[in-house]
Amino acid sequence: MSRRFGGEGLRAARHVLRAYPALLRVGFADMFAYRAELVVWLLTMNMPLVMMALWTAVAANGPVGRFGRREFVAYYLGMLLVRILTGSWLVWELTMEIRHGTLAPRLLRPIHPLWAHSAMQLAAVPLRAVLVSPLVLILYWAAGERLPLHEPERMAIAVAAIAGAWLLLFLIMAIIGTLAAFVESALSIFDVWLGAQAVLSGYLVPLELLPPWVSHAARYLPFRYILGFPVETLIGLESTTSALHELGVQCLFIAGSLVATLALWRAALRRFAAFGG
Amino acid sequence: MIRARELCKTYRVHRRPPGLLAALRSVVRRRYEEVRALVDVSFAIAPGERVGFLGPNGAGKTTALKILSGLLYPTSGSVTVGEFVPQERRSEFLHMITLVMGQKQQLLWDLPPAETFAMNRALFDLPRREADATQKELVDLLEVGPLIGKPTRQLSLGERMKCELVAALLHRPRVLFLDEPTIGLDVSMQARVRDFIRRYNESTGASVLLTSHYMEDVAALCPRVIVIDKGHLIYDGDLRTLARRIRPEKRITMHFSSLPAPGELDRLGSCVARSELQATLAVPAAQVTEAVRAALGRLPISDISVEDPPLEEIMQEFLGGQPANGRVKSA
Repeated sequence: MSRRFGGEGLRAARHVLRAYPALLRVGFADMFAYRAELVVWLLTMNMPLVMMALWTAVAANGPVGRFGRREFVAYYLGMLLVRILTGSWLVWELTMEIRHGTLAPRLLRPIHPLWAHSAMQLAAVPLRAVLVSPLVLILYWAAGERLPLHEPERMAIAVAAIAGAWLLLFLIMAIIGTLAAFVESALSIFDVWLGAQAVLSGYLVPLELLPPWVSHAARYLPFRYILGFPVETLIGLESTTSALHELGVQCLFIAGSLVATLALWRAALRRFAAFGG
Repeated sequence: MIRARELCKTYRVHRRPPGLLAALRSVVRRRYEEVRALVDVSFAIAPGERVGFLGPNGAGKTTALKILSGLLYPTSGSVTVGEFVPQERRSEFLHMITLVMGQKQQLLWDLPPAETFAMNRALFDLPRREADATQKELVDLLEVGPLIGKPTRQLSLGERMKCELVAALLHRPRVLFLDEPTIGLDVSMQARVRDFIRRYNESTGASVLLTSHYMEDVAALCPRVIVIDKGHLIYDGDLRTLARRIRPEKRITMHFSSLPAPGELDRLGSCVARSELQATLAVPAAQVTEAVRAALGRLPISDISVEDPPLEEIMQEFLGGQPANGRVKSA
């Protein structure tokens, strides 16, 4: 039995690997069809810039904890960079597909719909990276000596942390989006998530500047591993040893989210009513 | 090939009256109702058969197709398609079937249909040469060559539906579930799609299950029909047998070169339609030969034809006469 499942699993993995380039290509073409939306979305990502203006003004009279003006600039530019590179719209897409029944055509294809969704979302990353490249130059000016450009090990951890953040957010959005099969207000649940994420991920304020009990609690929650941790690693606020440890914690959150996603997806398919038509 | 045994599907539906007060009340206390979409439905379909699902709106036809294609789980009962249980969604099963929904599309909205075809080729892991040959064949048959490079959103409904068929058949499925495949199409386009489905069935031996509100689709494509009403299977058998049972008569339509003498028509059968130089009579099937002979002898006939009564009329009478709880009949 286990050999059968093992063989099937291997075959399915090979199938996904063969199909994925085509999915990425379609995602890339689709993204170019929505290029204006992408630019508008980028323009809405102004919160880190607002916070940067606020905190650099505060830091004009002296550093706040470890943060001087340049550190705040580096932190919020890093935040903007990570936010743009890891952003996903899966929760809206999935909620709509489940509620309107348009998930049905995806379910009729011999590949898990989340693979197709992941390719669509990943395909957006290269163009986003090009559009945010000026940010990287400013970041270099603000924190050039802190960036892990000449430390391959730290660079690899930072890249892995950003990739992990993308995957963790994708899976959490998959979980909340899948809830649309059970409740009508899955997007309201996501609004609550966003509210908590804004504070507990370090998006608005670096976690170490929050009351100690909040920053301590944030280390046991997934929010920090979506934004705060990759940013701190990128701009050198984490030592290599600590970053490696945190990367392990991020992997644990990813593994837990993956298990939850698959279990919830299985249950949701039993509830999916394929409405409309 | 396809076997459904005592299939039941019950939906839990939230109900509330209109108005603000009812909306507020539903926040505190929600009322749910159980809707039985399918009740003990059993049938079997052989390889290569073309079967039409008939029934009024909300009868349970689409629910049945969605269960057969694995999109919905039955509340009770069992279903197999080939050697597969659809709800397990095994890859081999998904390679074997297709579901075309007239009101849902799989084509990528902002990209040309050719992109969807390329994506499906990858998703179904089809060898390139084989997939290209199938695509060319389908594109030629449906005459969509000039369309597949235009963004889907710029195609008309009929053009989109033809491209949907190409996308749905690219992997050469052996079972076709077609849910209103001709909805919104004009008459000539409907005829083309029907013709295409028949040719696909004849050339590949695929089984076809079709639901359609256009009785023409069913009459032209499906020798066998399964009639569902309020979730109950009320007829499963030959379409002509059903027609004969409900309306054991033929329709004789006559065109006249001059006005026939008064009273002559009434002697041949009961008149169901009449204009100045045209009349349609309902005549018992056993008396058709005699009636035609008499008409040709006595009336100034310029053209005459004998047909079955329209399927719409037959179904209207059949469904109108069914008891509320439904009753299984078979031919």
